[in-house]
Amino acid sequence: MSFVSLLWVLLLGSLLGLELIGKVPPTLHTPLMSGANAISGITMLAALTLIVKAEGNVPLLIIGSISLGFALFNVVGGFFVTDRMLAMFSRKPSNKN
Amino acid sequence: MNLPVIIKFVIDLLAVLLLALGIKGLSKVKSARDANRLAAFAMSLSVVGLLSYYLGTSGIAIQSWIWIIIGSIIGSLFGAILAKKVPMTSMPETVALFNGCGGMSSLLVALGVAIFPISSGQENFDFFKSLINEVSISVSIFVGAITFTGSIVAMAKLQGWLSTPGWTQSKVRHFVNIVFAVASLIAFFDLINGNTNSIWLLVIVSSLLGIGVTLPIGGADMPVVISLLNSYSGIAAAAAGFVVDSQLLIVAGAMVGAAGLILTQVMCKGMNRSLVSVLFGGSLSAQSTASSGSGEYTNITSCSVEECALTLEAANKVIIVPGYGLAVAQAQHTLREVTKKLEQNGIEVVYAIHPVAGRMPGHMNVLLAEADVPYEQLKEMDVVNPDFPATDVVLVLGANDVVNPQAKNDSSSPLYGMPVLDVQEARTVFVIKRGMSAGYSGIKNDLFDLPNTSMVFGDAKKVLNDLIGELKDLGVGEK
Repeated sequence: MSFVSLLWVLLLGSLLGLELIGKVPPTLHTPLMSGANAISGITMLAALTLIVKAEGNVPLLIIGSISLGFALFNVVGGFFVTDRMLAMFSRKPSNKN
Repeated sequence: MNLPVIIKFVIDLLAVLLLALGIKGLSKVKSARDANRLAAFAMSLSVVGLLSYYLGTSGIAIQSWIWIIIGSIIGSLFGAILAKKVPMTSMPETVALFNGCGGMSSLLVALGVAIFPISSGQENFDFFKSLINEVSISVSIFVGAITFTGSIVAMAKLQGWLSTPGWTQSKVRHFVNIVFAVASLIAFFDLINGNTNSIWLLVIVSSLLGIGVTLPIGGADMPVVISLLNSYSGIAAAAAGFVVDSQLLIVAGAMVGAAGLILTQVMCKGMNRSLVSVLFGGSLSAQSTASSGSGEYTNITSCSVEECALTLEAANKVIIVPGYGLAVAQAQHTLREVTKKLEQNGIEVVYAIHPVAGRMPGHMNVLLAEADVPYEQLKEMDVVNPDFPATDVVLVLGANDVVNPQAKNDSSSPLYGMPVLDVQEARTVFVIKRGMSAGYSGIKNDLFDLPNTSMVFGDAKKVLNDLIGELKDLGVGEK
């Protein structure tokens, strides 16, 4: 893709992000931050690309693998921890003992 | 266009759509949990899309598979274990740690591409041939490094591993940070000019800049910083997207970056702080030593748990003000037992949640929800403030600055202007506290000196346990 079209993608993505969140109740600040944080681990795709394109270059494979590890730590941990937080909100009074 | 390209295009489009819906849904209580899962699904989908694209075009070497598997297993495993094990009280520092690792990942990708230019006939992979790639690599390294070191410092400060060094409160820090920033810029342009060696300078100086900017910021402002760093990690991801030429990465990164900025703004508003004063103002306690905020307490009334129980028994309406101390003492479950007893006795109980109660906006809600407190009993500050004059007893548990009347009455106080809970309007106020130490801000709390305030000294959990015993003796809640 040409650089110009990538810039368009960047611009539209940013505008979308600005519009997505309007009013957030304070209750959700922490989970929302944590969930958005998990999504920022999308760099795992860049790490994967690096590993696939490394073509036997071992140092590059290692760097890619470490990078992938960091990204997945962020993604997996982030989504789990967000789910744990949100699970507490959704608990209905009916299944309380 | 051949089939793998079309498939990847469709999957990417779907993933972006789902991620956007995910972020949107996360900002509403009802849909939040499903939205989080939707986003997680979209992320897995994007991995499947990418891998299937390479399988369908260039193929993936066995060696690559091995390193992919090693990296993913180790990363996911540690992430999952930490997410399951970490106590709810240390949520803010956990988010900071995860965030830092995301920044590190972007940094490493850019570094890898910069040091080992891949020579192959692959389209779009002649790195360091074009200015664009050099710029995006530099941005990715710069933002990634700041995100990483900044987040780690934030985590260490919240954990109490790092305190705020004295020199960071003086004007010297601005000078130091300007030096780091200028050095980063020099390295940045040197790198774009084609001097590959300055990449290391860029890594080091931008890492130092991340530390230098985060270190002076006080604990109470840390949530805002983490939210801002979260936005940075989105920007780093978008920059990495330019490096490896991935639209999906750019969209998702930009989305998180922009959404993170908005969230940061929302949080600042809730704390009555401006982003500028959070970032450059230093911590509140430093300002307080210069002002007249400190002083001796003259009129402290301390009372026993028994007296507290007696007053509670006679009350019609009780408001609980939970704070950071409650979280530290892990006393939310014990508190719930106390309030259950009161409710069984027909006493109306509500919880007054200050926007920054706990250590992060919404943190106290999470903790109380964990202890099964009904959602309807949690009242936000603006809703509950008019209720205090009609309240018999207020129980302040480990909260301090958020109930300091100075914020309303004393224009010389550093707290002045911060929205606070008007607990002093209630008939009786009990402050359960370990000792007379100051809160985050390090400022004297005028509330403790008021005639209708009594201090109950002790660890929140122990006091609450004693309170349960006393209430039992009084026959409260036994029907």
